[in-house]
Amino acid sequence: MEAVKRGTCAVGVKGKDVVVLGCEKRSALKLQDTRITPSKIAMVDNHAVLAFAGLNADARILIDKARLEAQSHRLTVEDPVTIEYITKYIASVQQRYTQSGGVRPFGISTLVVGFDPNDKTPRLYQTEPSGIYSAWKANAIGRSSKTVREFLERNHQDEMDREQTIQLTIKSLLEVVQTGAKNIEVAIMSPGQSIEMLPDDQIEAYVKSIETEKQEEAAKKKTGRGGTTTAAILTRPGGGEGSE
Amino acid sequence: MRGPTILKAEDDKTKQLNEHNLMAFSGEAGDTVQFAEYIQANIQLYTMRNDTELGPNAVASFVRGEMARSLRSRNPYTVNLLLGGVDPITHKPHLYWIDYLASLAPVPYAAHGYAQYYCLSTLDKHHHPDISLEEGMKLLEMCTDELKRRLPIDYKGVLVKIVTKDGVQEVPFDNNRIVKSA
Repeated sequence: MEAVKRGTCAVGVKGKDVVVLGCEKRSALKLQDTRITPSKIAMVDNHAVLAFAGLNADARILIDKARLEAQSHRLTVEDPVTIEYITKYIASVQQRYTQSGGVRPFGISTLVVGFDPNDKTPRLYQTEPSGIYSAWKANAIGRSSKTVREFLERNHQDEMDREQTIQLTIKSLLEVVQTGAKNIEVAIMSPGQSIEMLPDDQIEAYVKSIETEKQEEAAKKKTGRGGTTTAAILTRPGGGEGSE
Repeated sequence: MRGPTILKAEDDKTKQLNEHNLMAFSGEAGDTVQFAEYIQANIQLYTMRNDTELGPNAVASFVRGEMARSLRSRNPYTVNLLLGGVDPITHKPHLYWIDYLASLAPVPYAAHGYAQYYCLSTLDKHHHPDISLEEGMKLLEMCTDELKRRLPIDYKGVLVKIVTKDGVQEVPFDNNRIVKSA
């Protein structure tokens, strides 16, 4: 659990017919090649995507096990896995590694998102190192996940469309990511489609519009003493919520 | 076919391995589908693990390797394969002929089974390296005509799929044309 808390933040948000994953990228060193450094968002199957927080190396092993199970499931029952099934599988692997001797638990939490085959309902699950799994409308894992979760609790609505969902994802991430667009990656899943990574320039556009929006709100706050609820949220950026 | 009985005439004996690769198979009833699905699953797994789409040559080598491994096992697959694919980078088309003894040959045109005896001569005569799609379809028709004319077994027609740089698609083909033998 400690490893998870220190891992970079990952957010998942469900919309009406879309589910969006957002990740904080670890800030790269000057000489690091960001283009080919592995991402924290990984495809488990064509219709299922996983984001994690915690130890990268542990995640690689777990993702590989999940991928193998996804293909093996296709081979044995001629159907792609459901999101719940693969989540359950991942969680049970994590649980196994808490119980048998000579192994240490996986130091990662994961968010598994996607759409079941021939279904338009978005799915979002979370797994923990202990093997617990749970379903969510929107959730965050990793560093300062509490701040982000509280933000999501305040701002999530049912039946959001694609734009709103992406916006909420990025907005919630900006609560804890100081460096802005450069350190965010976003993946979008739609029914019957494979993963779609949001291009950097689009993320930047979203970040900019959110920032100007924030400044306008702040200016409004200065002039008139209204809108206390939103103002309370807006004073939060970079809020070190103890967990660091 | 099951013994002397035809169970299903329009059975699809192809499997799409990835966006630009299609595998056609024939042989022992259970083996064919089992082997094809196994190959398909492993290619998808490889693609996801390594974030790279396999090209036709890579797929062909992999399939041959698996076939060779199976050949040396207690109960090998008896499956013959044709592998058609377009390289996603160079957009060059490739065709590979693979049989159950794990021979692999890149070829401009190919056939398996009895069809070889009837079709290859026609293909030898009419095929040329920069043949167009229309010409190719016409040539295929010549081949099926020859099969209708010469094959002593009743012949149920073909299912035609084409692989281009945009993916795999099925094309309609008239199987009901009557061809009189000489």
